[in-house]
Amino acid sequence: MSVRRVMGTEVEYGIAVQGQPLANPMVASSQVVNAYASATLKARRARWDFEEESPLRDARGFDMSRQVADPSQLTDEDMGLANVILTNGARLYVDHAHPEYSTPEVTTPLDVVRWEKAGELVMLDASRRAGQLPNGAPIVLYKNNTDNKGASYGAHENYLMRRSTPFGDIVRHLTPFFVSRQVFCGAGRMGIGQDGRTHAYQISQRADFFEVEVGLETTLKRPIINTRDEPHADPEKYRRLHVIIGDANLSEVASYLKVGTTSLVLAMIEDRFLTTDLTVEGPVAGLRAISHDPTLRQTVTLTDGRELTGIQLQLEYLDLARKYVEDRYGADADPQTVDVLERWESVLDRLERDPMLCARELDWVAKLKLIEQYRQRDGLAWDDAKLQLIDYQYSDIRPEKGLYHRLAAGGRMDRLLDDAAIETAMHEPPEDTRAYFRGRCLEQYAAHVAAASWDSVIFDLPGRESLQRVPTIDPLRGSKAHVGELLDRSETAEELFTALTR
Amino acid sequence: MAQEQKQPRKASEVDESVETAPESDVAERKEALDSDIDDILDEIDDVLETNAEDFVKSFIQKGGE
Repeated sequence: MSVRRVMGTEVEYGIAVQGQPLANPMVASSQVVNAYASATLKARRARWDFEEESPLRDARGFDMSRQVADPSQLTDEDMGLANVILTNGARLYVDHAHPEYSTPEVTTPLDVVRWEKAGELVMLDASRRAGQLPNGAPIVLYKNNTDNKGASYGAHENYLMRRSTPFGDIVRHLTPFFVSRQVFCGAGRMGIGQDGRTHAYQISQRADFFEVEVGLETTLKRPIINTRDEPHADPEKYRRLHVIIGDANLSEVASYLKVGTTSLVLAMIEDRFLTTDLTVEGPVAGLRAISHDPTLRQTVTLTDGRELTGIQLQLEYLDLARKYVEDRYGADADPQTVDVLERWESVLDRLERDPMLCARELDWVAKLKLIEQYRQRDGLAWDDAKLQLIDYQYSDIRPEKGLYHRLAAGGRMDRLLDDAAIETAMHEPPEDTRAYFRGRCLEQYAAHVAAASWDSVIFDLPGRESLQRVPTIDPLRGSKAHVGELLDRSETAEELFTALTR
Repeated sequence: MAQEQKQPRKASEVDESVETAPESDVAERKEALDSDIDDILDEIDDVLETNAEDFVKSFIQKGGE
């Protein structure tokens, strides 16, 4: 494989009710999701179907018992929290105390960016609608990962992988990559320590919240490699690698590189191409140390004795990836794979010379540049509240207030997509996965879709006593090529269902 | 960004011209860069939340995931 595979992301947004710092965030999050659902969904609202969820399944081959699990891990219990499926195939819901958006399944890094960015627009629209409710106060959402007071919330990535790949190989080869990839995909953070007690800048929002190397948890004792194993696909053939270590990116380039390079490294692991051992001594401490040094000179020690910076460790992976793509594809490598390799190399090269050369592309550099400019102009000390404010407000998703958005609007951030492409993706599903089937069913037959999930659409058909479940266990079936024509000519859900089960 | 003078040059001369840019050009460029910084900070001053200290204190989230 290449950078292409079935993948997607899930982002939890920070939430603030203006003028009401003590407002209940669960209630506010529900208002956001429900406001969007009421305004945009036709007819009845399809429920999320939890039948195939198994959040306590561990990739190492056992199930955690529900008795010993922390209540926050039981994500499959329908707690009556708002939860809707959109016509673009995405899921919009409340997870704990945050509104969350999961992209539909896509197959390229650029499509991840497109449908994740569409999610920002969905959240913006949803929060504005919630603010207009009777007695509603304005609600503002932040695409970040920490309040700098001890709480963190996630931006997860999901990659479908071959089941036959030994999990130990994934842990061995992915850990050093995850320790170091923050040099280009960190979102930047003002504050060091989980509660931000040290007033200094660091590269990653999340690094200080990771405490172990491998594990099932996502809310406590967070692991660099998460072992949750719910493939939402044939478990004999696939596992879903659930990555919890990433920062939420505003920058399209950072987001694209995060997913593209990770997918490429996974391809090398699956193909047993990685034989070099880049194991880092003390990866948890190494992750933090690299994050805490925005000059990028901090080194980590490899088990072979070498001392490498985060950039040098990434250059090792880049070199292997170049050889891998050359070996497997030569001149036939697909354009996005070639583009990811070129951008990866270019960014690492410039980071090594002067990180500020990447201020148009990388969130942590763009944010640091603003902070440095303010310090210079106004003579601000590192503990000045204004610098902390800049960190938060960089991630404000409102185009008129968010600092990322102000930079982008002024042509100071490089873009990969135009606004029209992202707006279209708010409503339309990707065409090359089962998300196409799900999204179009919601678009055309909303009144007769009782529930849906990643791996099913459940119809409530007139004249039939029981609900009819259409499984979508193969992520690559249900694409436009498979069912586009059928959906075009099926005027009713009954016609569609009859044709599918004939 | 800075408005650079574009004069037709042979490719072989380009590198050299960058290296030997006269002092005044450098100063001009720095001035343009500084004014660019002022522009962006002025714009951001206009949108930044007004009371930074209050805002920072009140930004409290619950854990997630």
